[in-house]
Amino acid sequence: MEIKCHRVASGCARGPALVTLDAISFLGNVDAATGTVVDPAHELFGQCIAGKVLIFPGGKGSTVGSYVIYQLKKKGLAPAAMINIRSEPIVAVGAIISGIPLVDRVGEEILQTENGTVVEVDAAGERIRIFRED
Amino acid sequence: MYLSREEEAVYQGERGETLRRMMEILVALGDIYGAERLVPVKSVQIAGVSYKNIGEAGLEWISDLQGKVAVPSILNPAGMDLCRWQEMGVSEDFAIKQQQTIEAYRRLGITIDCTCTPYQIYQGLAGPGDHLAWSESSAVSYANSVIGARTNREGGPSALAAALVGKTALYGYHLDENRLPTHLVEVEADLRGSDYGALGFLVGRIVKDGVPFFRLPGQRPSLDELKALGAAMAASGSVALYYVQDVTPKPPTGGQPEETLHLDRKEIDEVYARYQAEGADAVALGCPHCSAEELERIAGLLQGQKVQKELWVCTARKIAQANSALVAAIEESGAHVFCDTCMVVSPATERFSRMLTSSGKALSYLPGLAGVKAGLGSLEDCIDAALGRR
Repeated sequence: MEIKCHRVASGCARGPALVTLDAISFLGNVDAATGTVVDPAHELFGQCIAGKVLIFPGGKGSTVGSYVIYQLKKKGLAPAAMINIRSEPIVAVGAIISGIPLVDRVGEEILQTENGTVVEVDAAGERIRIFRED
Repeated sequence: MYLSREEEAVYQGERGETLRRMMEILVALGDIYGAERLVPVKSVQIAGVSYKNIGEAGLEWISDLQGKVAVPSILNPAGMDLCRWQEMGVSEDFAIKQQQTIEAYRRLGITIDCTCTPYQIYQGLAGPGDHLAWSESSAVSYANSVIGARTNREGGPSALAAALVGKTALYGYHLDENRLPTHLVEVEADLRGSDYGALGFLVGRIVKDGVPFFRLPGQRPSLDELKALGAAMAASGSVALYYVQDVTPKPPTGGQPEETLHLDRKEIDEVYARYQAEGADAVALGCPHCSAEELERIAGLLQGQKVQKELWVCTARKIAQANSALVAAIEESGAHVFCDTCMVVSPATERFSRMLTSSGKALSYLPGLAGVKAGLGSLEDCIDAALGRR
């Protein structure tokens, strides 16, 4: 299946989906040393975001979150790509400075994607491919 | 968003990877906020300087960048006095990281002035109607409100992007439609000095990100008082633009504020009563950074006396250098005049338990950012407390 989207940060990458209905504050929610969600109140608590296509409504919290994304990338612990319903500046800037493909402006049905489904984000082509198992 | 042919070439990476990413930041923000195009900026003030705030992640990012800024660019306060950090009680580990951060910025062609008051040291950075990309909330407020320039409150990366590209996305406070007053604020009180910080502390909490229009009958706030008012509102709320009738530049025509607030002396006094000096183990002045006039008043109040408590007076290095006799007079009392930093962004503040200040901005930030309780007093009360008179 192919879905149209809007490019925020360029690049193309694929990986297993990791989906949450919760917004993410990279400063505080995610441990930069392990790439794991450490906030017990977050839906993804205990999950590692490294190498995943992280699908979430958008970012929130401190602007330092942009640098946390950069640090994750340098340690090889960043998501392969990210999909937002609507990007806000913290995650947008974090993805751009880190070279992580990020797209937004997709329908909320994307949040129904099952965890582990292989998803490809092609930011330059402004499309998302979802490889469903038959 | 519309890009000129030249901007498009940068966006496609024809002028290198750093500029490509910087342009991508500007375009992403422009798309998020619905900007039609980019606009050239006259100057940039960059946040994300204190190592306490940006940490290893931020330092790595800044160190990895290539290129030179396209327009005059200066920095926000750092986490320490760049020369006298030991005297502040800053650790050597922190000092090394802070110096590395400063050097990374210097390499990009940024002028190493670390201050929240760029307008006090360089007249040419901002004039009426100029588009800017400034970061520090009180500087943004002053530029928009007192100077009549136009700037959003930029984050660290977006300010750096504006500095390297020389442009910013045209949205928010760059546009007349977002510069209309949202609240009319009538204040029946004689106001002086720190009263403006107390007033801003109250109003920011109420109007949040609104644009207040003040009527202050019989009052004629000085530039330092306007600085204090804007700084407090930007900290207790996120006010980036305000007006004072017959004092600041006027708002664009059209629209009427939807809400009206009435405040009087009683409400200002309640702020002092709620945030008392009692138990303060340190006193800090210069948030935002002291002007030459403020240094002069402080020197006058301290004259010939010795402080009993730690007293910090924060200012920009250029102001301290241009007023070295005043600085010497203040330090004669045992007080410290620290440059490049302030009580809000330095980790050195954390060793105190309660700090007395004349700033409505520091009053908002000290508990959350430094874990230090804060009291508010007039400049005279602050000096009295430092001298052990109360």
